[in-house]
Amino acid sequence: MAYVAVKGGERAIDAAHAWLAETRRGDAAVPELSLAQIEQQMGLAVDRVMAEGACYDRGLAALAIKQARGDLIEAAFLLRAYRTTLPRFGASLPIDSGAMRIRRRISATYKDLPGGQVLGPTFDYTHRLLDFALAGDRPVSQEPGRESPRPASLAGSQPAPAPAGIAAGLPRVTGILAQEGLMAPEAPGEAEPPDLTREPLAFPAGRPLRLQALARGDEGFLLAMGYSTQRGYGNAHPFVGEIRMGEVAVEILPPELGFAVEIGEITVTECQMVNQFAGSKTEPPQFTRGYGLVFGHGERKAMAMSLVDRALRADELGEEATAPAQCQEFVLYHCDNVEATGFVEHLKLPHYVDFQSELEKVREMRATVLREAAE
Amino acid sequence: MSAEAGYNFGYLDENTKRMIRRALLKAVAVPGHQVPFGSREMPLPYGWGTGGIQVTASVIGPDDTLKVIDQGADDTTNAVSIRRFFARVAGVATTERTGEATVIQTRHRIPETPLREGQILVYQVPMPEPLFRLEPRVAETKRMHALADYGLMHVKLYEDIARHGHVAISYNYPVMVADRYLMSPSPIPAFDNPKLHRMPALQLFGAGREKRIYAVPPYTDVRSLDFEDHPFRPVRADAPCALCGSRESYLDEVVTDDRGGRMFVCSDTDYCNTRQAAATQEAAE
Amino acid sequence: MPTTDTPLGLTPGFADPVLGAQGCFRALLDAMAGPGRPQRIAGLALPPPPLSAASAAALLTLADADTPVWTDAGAVAEAWLRFHAGCPLVADPAEAVFLLVTGTPPRLATLAQGSEEEPHRSATLLVQVAGLQEGFGWHLTGPGIEHAHRLRVEGLQADFTTQWAANRAGFPRGVDVVLCAGEWLAALPRTTRIEEG
Repeated sequence: MAYVAVKGGERAIDAAHAWLAETRRGDAAVPELSLAQIEQQMGLAVDRVMAEGACYDRGLAALAIKQARGDLIEAAFLLRAYRTTLPRFGASLPIDSGAMRIRRRISATYKDLPGGQVLGPTFDYTHRLLDFALAGDRPVSQEPGRESPRPASLAGSQPAPAPAGIAAGLPRVTGILAQEGLMAPEAPGEAEPPDLTREPLAFPAGRPLRLQALARGDEGFLLAMGYSTQRGYGNAHPFVGEIRMGEVAVEILPPELGFAVEIGEITVTECQMVNQFAGSKTEPPQFTRGYGLVFGHGERKAMAMSLVDRALRADELGEEATAPAQCQEFVLYHCDNVEATGFVEHLKLPHYVDFQSELEKVREMRATVLREAAE
Repeated sequence: MSAEAGYNFGYLDENTKRMIRRALLKAVAVPGHQVPFGSREMPLPYGWGTGGIQVTASVIGPDDTLKVIDQGADDTTNAVSIRRFFARVAGVATTERTGEATVIQTRHRIPETPLREGQILVYQVPMPEPLFRLEPRVAETKRMHALADYGLMHVKLYEDIARHGHVAISYNYPVMVADRYLMSPSPIPAFDNPKLHRMPALQLFGAGREKRIYAVPPYTDVRSLDFEDHPFRPVRADAPCALCGSRESYLDEVVTDDRGGRMFVCSDTDYCNTRQAAATQEAAE
Repeated sequence: MPTTDTPLGLTPGFADPVLGAQGCFRALLDAMAGPGRPQRIAGLALPPPPLSAASAAALLTLADADTPVWTDAGAVAEAWLRFHAGCPLVADPAEAVFLLVTGTPPRLATLAQGSEEEPHRSATLLVQVAGLQEGFGWHLTGPGIEHAHRLRVEGLQADFTTQWAANRAGFPRGVDVVLCAGEWLAALPRTTRIEEG
């Protein structure tokens, strides 16, 4: 029966998978990519996939990127689907970004500050001219002091050797403002934070839950939302208090030991966005912050996240919430690209039963209208 | 029975199954109420049946026989893909026969063959909230369900009637469950709605992306919303099935050429094949 | 036959933890979807005293670290639950998600009822009774029941049906009950109407 193309069944699926595998490999005359190459030379793609895949493992992220043919949302989905099968051993202690071994640290609010500005590996002041030297097969000379490429570790069994930082324990800019009483204090919370992966979102969502959702959120969505707050949708006056990127220790507290044990190091990017706050009846004018933290080197995402975090604090700060970026449900329900891509793309699935009922309904309604017009 | 090595029976880990099982029991206890659950990322995309798959995975056992349909058919690509998934991770027997199945996972249809006691029908649900087109804020709709405040939906139906002469909803037609909860029957055609009412089988609904589970126990009243002077009326194409001749079943419209040619065939492939086989046998006798 | 990973003095859990839990859950689901119809539980040979096979299996199937449990069953049963289910045991019945009662149950109204918005956040009460008999006794109607189910329950406190009527009146809030006797259990979801037979 050839009358319905979608009823291809099992053989069509197998053929599609085989074709996909062939397309993934591309021209067999071109050498195959190794995971180490992806991990080392597509590092920011790996970072993005770890962040949105909510799983810190560079080797697995590189594998996901290879398998997904470079489709980073598909790769994040692969990583999430793997992550969900892993047993949960426990929760780490909060990381201390103040103790970060810093590779990059900049502030837009002070010309100089203790520890100084550290540009680090940034595109910021590059001229966006295609560098044809990179196009050749000639190996690009190694900069002095750079380590040679390392093999990727799979399944996190061997943490990659830590990149060299240039400073550690630098004070945070927000702390400098706080000394003067200009920065609204953030009370450290002792409560166990909610876990988005175990309990579904519920509203109103507290800040720990919001930040968790944003940290896994889609970079493009958060970028657009953050951008909208700068263009008047949400009345933001942001300054980059500080962006820092580098390595932090991850510690756990095994109950049987009673003291913290370091289990490894991760790279994170943190952004603290400083915003003016006009004050209220009970609070004098001061600065408030928006916070962004993402796995890996993800500066654009961390900045966008901090803008959106600040916008979502409208309610608690007594500001009028009128813009999309200030609406919790709108932002949090739509920032997850694994959910969004699934639902948008499910429109590809057959819907002909529903469409048939719509056809009958529209025909019926047209007949009514035409009959009435004729009378 | 053989299940894929390296994965737990039914793919989900036991903690996840327990969490879903607890949600299912509460869903049955409060018919039509949406119970939030910690939906997991599945190896199939959100929107492709992850809710139904998680429910099926939490319910199914080695003695079950599973049927999977999409658009009423067993051989649509997504139905094949989901059936394969369970054959792989649970090693269960599968069937295309409605009568032989103990668990039926469906997208967009209720089988034509009446279901019986002991069977479980698992629906894949994209948007569990029946009010979402009228009120997208979940915090608001939750409040409306708490108060059984469904005025918004009645107004919408009333406006439809005022404008078009009848309700302009042809699928995902809202229902009241046990006179208390407004519920989305999932995007089944309104034609199927009467089958929900006092069905002998247990009906479970899973929405993976929206992270909600709800249920209708057997023999529970399920009424399609309507007005006394405008009673609910299910619609099907006014034609017999071109293959089995049924005048009762829901039909797919198939375009046969580019000059307006059409044919109508049963959407439920098992129902249609069974009728065709019976007709052939009768003719031979 | 105690398995090697069960501490000395504790009886084992399900012979097959994955399929045992699945089978027991299906019985519970059938019970909840067919109120008052006893379902048989298999797979748990040696429940810890004084628990019955059905009540112990039900809790093993549903309880874990995320569900506070209250029980009056004593130290042996508590140790068994802690080890096999890993559930926290609480002193206040109102805090429990599951309650496993071998004596007189706490009043239904004192247990978690859920809220109007979240009626699913209510307690499930498992009560061990002396016997369950189909076809006699109570006259049950409501969702899950075609016409009426009959159930005779032996050894339940006298005012249960009065408490139950009040519980049902609070719908959608309310407690759900599972009655256990030996290898059998029968459920009363909050929607079920009980008339004395």
